[in-house]
Amino acid sequence: MSPSGAEVIKEIRSQVDEVDPQAVRDERGRNGLVLVDVRESEEFEREHIPGAKHVPRGYLESRIEGAVPDRDAHVVLYCATGQRSALAANTLKSLMGYEHVESMTGGITLWKDRGYDTVVPKSLTKEQRDRYSRHLLLPEVGSEGQQKLLDAKVLLLGAGGLGSPTALYLAAAGVGTLGIVDDDDVDLSNLQRQVIHTTDRIGEAKVDSAETSIKAINPDVEVVKHRTRLDASNVMELIEPYDIIVDGVDNFPTRYLLNDATVRTRKPVVSASILGFDGQLSVFAPYVGPCYRCLYPVPPPAELAPSCGANGVLGVLPGTMGLLQATEVIKLIIGQGDPLIGRLLLYEALGATFTELKVHRDPDCPICSRDPGDISDEEMGRFPDYEAFCAAAG
Amino acid sequence: MATIKIPPVLRPSVGGEKEIRAAGPDVGAVLRALADQHPQTQSQLFGPDGGLNRYVNVYLNDEDVRVLEGLDTSVAEADTLVILPAMAGGAT
Repeated sequence: MSPSGAEVIKEIRSQVDEVDPQAVRDERGRNGLVLVDVRESEEFEREHIPGAKHVPRGYLESRIEGAVPDRDAHVVLYCATGQRSALAANTLKSLMGYEHVESMTGGITLWKDRGYDTVVPKSLTKEQRDRYSRHLLLPEVGSEGQQKLLDAKVLLLGAGGLGSPTALYLAAAGVGTLGIVDDDDVDLSNLQRQVIHTTDRIGEAKVDSAETSIKAINPDVEVVKHRTRLDASNVMELIEPYDIIVDGVDNFPTRYLLNDATVRTRKPVVSASILGFDGQLSVFAPYVGPCYRCLYPVPPPAELAPSCGANGVLGVLPGTMGLLQATEVIKLIIGQGDPLIGRLLLYEALGATFTELKVHRDPDCPICSRDPGDISDEEMGRFPDYEAFCAAAG
Repeated sequence: MATIKIPPVLRPSVGGEKEIRAAGPDVGAVLRALADQHPQTQSQLFGPDGGLNRYVNVYLNDEDVRVLEGLDTSVAEADTLVILPAMAGGAT
């Protein structure tokens, strides 16, 4: 007569080495012990032992080598109660040649009964799984990347031409916190390009109008409104809570100020500028690549530094450049791809051309060649002939 | 003759062109040839000492001439020079 399932399990358990949770806890992190959770994904995502690798028993043979390449390693498997891990341990030992493999008695249930620590990973809600399903299908994003997006804090300088599309797409992508700095009100002349605002919100504060649109597309996003202008008195406080800064400001003194503050705090800046039919884009990651001052040591004179307000801009151009900014922000958050660090991308809309230029760190850069702690409040945002520049610029 | 890409802010000084062809053995000579054709660009590109203004970046193809040999960097027929002053437009 064939043995029952219970008898098979009993027989196998008698053949594998079992180890008590206390011994696992004491040995964790020592002697190269590798702890592997063999439960299903939903169980692992609900709670697991800190530092454990995850190889579901159903994928044991195909995935264990990725988690534990060394067959001489000391491997401890666990499941909920010690049954599935015993069967898995038997497979690893008898079929796959793992020499030193054990099954943890009582599984994570006994581990928790003993009061030992576990981690409860953040997991996506059912609604979030639906909302971000097209991200979850991308191996480069997945639930881990989506969680990074949800945990990320991004500061947008301006809810204008560049900030509008950037904010909308970052919100749609599920960036958890979006700070917006803008002291302006929505004007009819903004609406040709500032797509986050609407005709019925003319006269409203841009931060309020932006919040309405962001909440409409994704109520998950926390919007932090800063109805002010970035200046030397508030820059450090404004950027402090954020991971990444998106720069689309319209004047050079603020760009230099932001650069110096972000170098001091080592925060990456995704920077774009637009004029007419032309756009520029780069990522300034302090001490990793060049800073804004390495690229532009001094601003041009006022007659060569027109703003969009004075000179016009094709309405879709900030859309193009703002979405390239949003793309770089997401890449930085999820840690995928090659960010535009040390490279400047030029887009010319009429010719439909992209040009990429190299940007190098300047060994004599007045800011990023020094230790961040040596950059003083007084010199932030300053440049040669600062007073004359600002007087000419009005 | 090398091709020089003209940025938007300098286009009014060259009759609205986006690209200008100019000849010369090195970056300095090509840019001086440009200034000879379009005298308004002289003061926009060069300081009183004949050096490039600091707010103007010049690239030979994709490389900043500051990390090459500056105005003395050799230029071949098929090369492209990119003139790039900083731009600040965005939020407004």
